[in-house]
Amino acid sequence: MKQFVTNFILTLILALLFSLFLPWWSVMVAAFISGAIVRLKNVSAFFVPFLAIALFWSVFAWLLSSANDFILAKKIAVLLPLGGNALLLILVTGVVGGLAAGFAGLFGNQCRAAISRNDK
Amino acid sequence: MKQIKLVTSLLLTFGIFYGLNTKLGSIPPIGKFLNPSSGIWQNEKSDNDHVPIEIPGLTSPVNVHYDEHLIPHIFAQNDLDLYRAQGYITAQHRLWQMEFQTHASAGRLSEVVGDVALDFDQGQRRKGMVFGAENSLKSMQEIPGLTEKLEAYRDGVNSFIQTLSPKDYPVEYKLLDYEPELWTLKKTALLLMYMTDMLAGGDSDLEYTNFLKKYGKERFDLLFPDFFDVNDPVIPATRDWSDWAIDQPEVPKDSAPLDFMANLLPKPDPDNGSNNWAVGPDKSYSGNPILANDPHLGLNLPSIWYAMQLATPEKNTFGVTLPGAAGIVIGFNNDISWGVTNATRDVKDWYKITFKEETKNEYLYNGNWNATQKKIEEIKIRGGKTYYDTVVYTHHGPVTYDASFKGNGQKTGYAMKWAGHLGGNNQQTLFELNRAKNYEDYEKALVHFTAPAQNFIFSSREGDIALWIQGQFPNKWEGQGKFLLDGSNPKHDWQGFIPQGHNAHVKNPERGFVSSANQHPVDASYPYYVFNDGYEAYRNRVINDFFRSKEKFNIQDFKDLHNNNYNLKAAELLPHMLETMDITQLSASEEEVLNEIKIWDYNNDIEKIGPTIWERWWIRVRNLVWDEIAEDTLDMDYPFAYQTIYLLKNHPENKFMDIQETERVETASDLFLLSFKAAVEDIQSRENENRGNTWGEYKSTYVGHLLQALPAFSRFNLPIGGNRGIVNATSKNHGPSWRMIVEMSDPPKALGVYPGGQSGNPGSKYYDNFVDTWAAGEYLDILFMQNEEQNDRIIFSQTIKPKQ
Repeated sequence: MKQFVTNFILTLILALLFSLFLPWWSVMVAAFISGAIVRLKNVSAFFVPFLAIALFWSVFAWLLSSANDFILAKKIAVLLPLGGNALLLILVTGVVGGLAAGFAGLFGNQCRAAISRNDK
Repeated sequence: MKQIKLVTSLLLTFGIFYGLNTKLGSIPPIGKFLNPSSGIWQNEKSDNDHVPIEIPGLTSPVNVHYDEHLIPHIFAQNDLDLYRAQGYITAQHRLWQMEFQTHASAGRLSEVVGDVALDFDQGQRRKGMVFGAENSLKSMQEIPGLTEKLEAYRDGVNSFIQTLSPKDYPVEYKLLDYEPELWTLKKTALLLMYMTDMLAGGDSDLEYTNFLKKYGKERFDLLFPDFFDVNDPVIPATRDWSDWAIDQPEVPKDSAPLDFMANLLPKPDPDNGSNNWAVGPDKSYSGNPILANDPHLGLNLPSIWYAMQLATPEKNTFGVTLPGAAGIVIGFNNDISWGVTNATRDVKDWYKITFKEETKNEYLYNGNWNATQKKIEEIKIRGGKTYYDTVVYTHHGPVTYDASFKGNGQKTGYAMKWAGHLGGNNQQTLFELNRAKNYEDYEKALVHFTAPAQNFIFSSREGDIALWIQGQFPNKWEGQGKFLLDGSNPKHDWQGFIPQGHNAHVKNPERGFVSSANQHPVDASYPYYVFNDGYEAYRNRVINDFFRSKEKFNIQDFKDLHNNNYNLKAAELLPHMLETMDITQLSASEEEVLNEIKIWDYNNDIEKIGPTIWERWWIRVRNLVWDEIAEDTLDMDYPFAYQTIYLLKNHPENKFMDIQETERVETASDLFLLSFKAAVEDIQSRENENRGNTWGEYKSTYVGHLLQALPAFSRFNLPIGGNRGIVNATSKNHGPSWRMIVEMSDPPKALGVYPGGQSGNPGSKYYDNFVDTWAAGEYLDILFMQNEEQNDRIIFSQTIKPKQ
C-alpha cells in the first residue's frame, strides 16, 4: 500500500514538474521514472500511474475549462465527437493521459526488474 | 519471461506514444491535442487577460483600450508605431486566419491539409496569384514611405508570433498539427490578391465563347445583352459625358477564335457584391450626410473583418480592417466616411496561344515566334510527394489552360490577361483615406487603387457626397474581351487604360443621394465600352426607389433598408406566372399551395411560407428553361435572372422554352405549370421529412468556420430573412459581412455589426457574440473615442511598451 502511495505521489510531482518544459509526453517520462524507482506489482504497475495522470489531466482540464464556462470544451466535444458533453471530454482527456502514463509506468517497472537482481 | 515482459511493455509504450502523437487522417494527435498543459485546454479562455506587452521597434508607448465588444481602440504617437501595434493586436486575435487565407491565396493549402487541396492549389498557381502579389510588391516600392508602414505591420505581427510557445498556438494549429510561420510583406500582398480574386476574379469569356459557337450571335445577343431593358445605373443616367474627348480603339476586322472549352476552373461566388448609399444634407433628417455600406461576402468564422479604432495625434479613424492588411478598409474619421461595393467590371480576358512546338518555348505573336517564360510551381503536399507544375507565361500573362491542365491540344494554350496581375497600391489608397479630410483628399487617395475595382462611396462633414467607380480599366474596343481573343494579334491586346479622370463618378448629384449595388455602372451613353458581365438588376432599383420615395431620411430608415426583404424579382415574375398558368390542371393539394403563394406579400421574411414556394418554383422553372445548358458537357452560364424573366414574359415561344427530352414543344406557360407541380412536390417531400417550410427553416442560414464549415466551430440555422437579389442579401451562407451606418455629425455617430466576433478563438466568448445581433437586424453602438479620458465602456486597457 505504501508503495502505491509513493508511486502515485512521485508520478504526480514529476509530471507537474516535467510539464513545465516538456511536451505532452512529459507524463510518460514521469511515469517511467517513478515506475523505475518505486517498485509495483502486477496490474498496479499500470493502474497507479494511470490513476495519477488521469487525475492530473482531468482536474487540470476541468480547472481551465470551468473558468471559461466550458465554451471550448463543448465545441471540441462536438468535433471528436462526444455529443457536445464537456465532462465526457474531460474524462476522455484523463483516460488518454492515464493510458500513456500506465504503459510508460509498466515499462519503467520492467526496466527496473531487468537490471535488478532482487526482482524475481 | 522477464525479457518478454520487458519487450512487450517497451512496444506498448512506444505504440501508445506513436498513437497519441500522430495525426491519423482527420483525427488530431490525440495526446498532444488533449493534454491540458499545451493542448486545446490552453485555448479555453476569452481573450480578457491583459498582461503588459513589450515589443521591439516602437518609438513610444502605445495604448490599447478594449471596449465591451473587444474592439481595440489604439492610440499611438506616430504612424509606424500605429501600424506596428495594429499588426500585433490583429495577430493576437486572428493569427490562424491571417495565415490560412494567405496560404489559400498562394496555393499552399496542400502543405497543411494534404493532397485533398492539390487541385485547388494548382488552380491558384495557374491563375498567377503569386505573380500578381509579386507585381504589387514591386509597385509598393514606388511610393515613398509605403513599404515602411507595411514593414511595421509585419514586424508587429511577428513580434506577436515570437511570443508564442506551442501551448499558445490558436486551436486550429493544434487540430491540424502544424505551426505558424513568420509574416512577410508578400503575405500582405497575397491577402490583397485573395480579395482581388474574390471580387474581380470572375469572367465568362470562355463560357460565352462556347455559347456563341454553339448557338450563334443572334441568340447570344438576345440572352446576354450588353444592357438590360431596365437600368438604374450607379452613376445616374442624367450624367452628361459629352464634354469628354474620347479615344476608343477601333474594332479589328479579323475574326476571333471560337474554341470549345470544358472543365474550367471554379469561379468566385457570383453573389459577392454589396450595397452602399449616402444621402446629402438636403435629404438628411439632421442636415448631416448619412452613409451606409454592407459588403456581401461568404459568411465565415472567423469573420473576414476585424473592427478597430486607429488614432495618432494627426488622425483618428474607426472601421473594419482585413486581418493581414494595414489600416482601415471601410470606415470613417471625424471628417469623412467611406465604403465600397464591387464594381463587377470585366477586367479578365483570355487569349488563345499558339505554341511553335510542344515544348512551349515560343508562341506566335504578330507574325513572329516570341519566347515564353516558364515558372516551375512547387506544391508541397503534406504526407506526400511534392508536385511540380510548369506554368508558361506570355506577355499577356500566365497560360492557365494548356495540354497539362484542362487544355485541348499539345500546341495550344489559353493565357489570362487580368487587372489583378497589374500590381497596384491599394494599401496606399487605404492609408490616404484613413487620414482624408475632404472630397479632394478622397479623390487623390483613389488614384492608387487598381483592382478589384470598387464603387467608393463618400460623405463628408462639410456636406459632400460622392461616388467614384475606381479601378484600372482597360480601354476596350466594342466587344473586346467578351469572348476568347486571339493571342497572336496585337490588335487584340489591351490598347491602354481609361484615363483616371474618365472613370465614371458623380459628386453631389441633384437627386440628393448616391448609391450602388453592383448594378451597371453607367447607362449606354458612357463613351467607353462597358457590357453586362454579371450586373445585379434588383437591389439597386429597390434602394433607389426608396430614396426617391420621400424627402428626408433618418437612421431608422437606413436600418430598415439594410433589413429590407422585398423580393422584386418575385414581384416581377410571380403575377405573370399566376396569370398565364393553366390552373385547371392542378390537383386539390396543388391548389392549396397556389392559394398560399397568392397571398404572399413578396417579402422574404423568416416566418412566411410564400418565399419558400417562390424559391422552389423559380429554381424549377429556370432549370426547365435552361435544360439545354445544364445538360451540355461544355461549360456555359445560365443567362442572368433578369434576362430569363424577360424571356419568359416577352418570348414565351422561344426555342429554349422547349424541354429537350419531351416530344411536344413547350411554351413558357407549360413550363410554369410543370415547374409549379415540381415545386409543390419539393414542398411536400420536405413536409414528409418533417423539415419545416417557413423561409427561415428552408434557407437555414449559417456562418461557417473557414475549415469547410467545421460544425463544432460554426453557427447554424440563424433566424434571418432576405436572399440573393434582395437588399438584405442574406442567402444560405452568404450575405452582409459588415453593416455600417455613419452620420457625419460632430463627432460622427456610427452603428455597425458583422456576423462573427472580434476573437478568432472558438474558445472565446468573443468568437461569435455578434452573430445573434446581426441576425436580428440590430447593430452595435460604435464607440468612437475622441480622446483617452476615462470611459466606462472600456473593459480593460493595455500599454505596449518599446522593448529595449
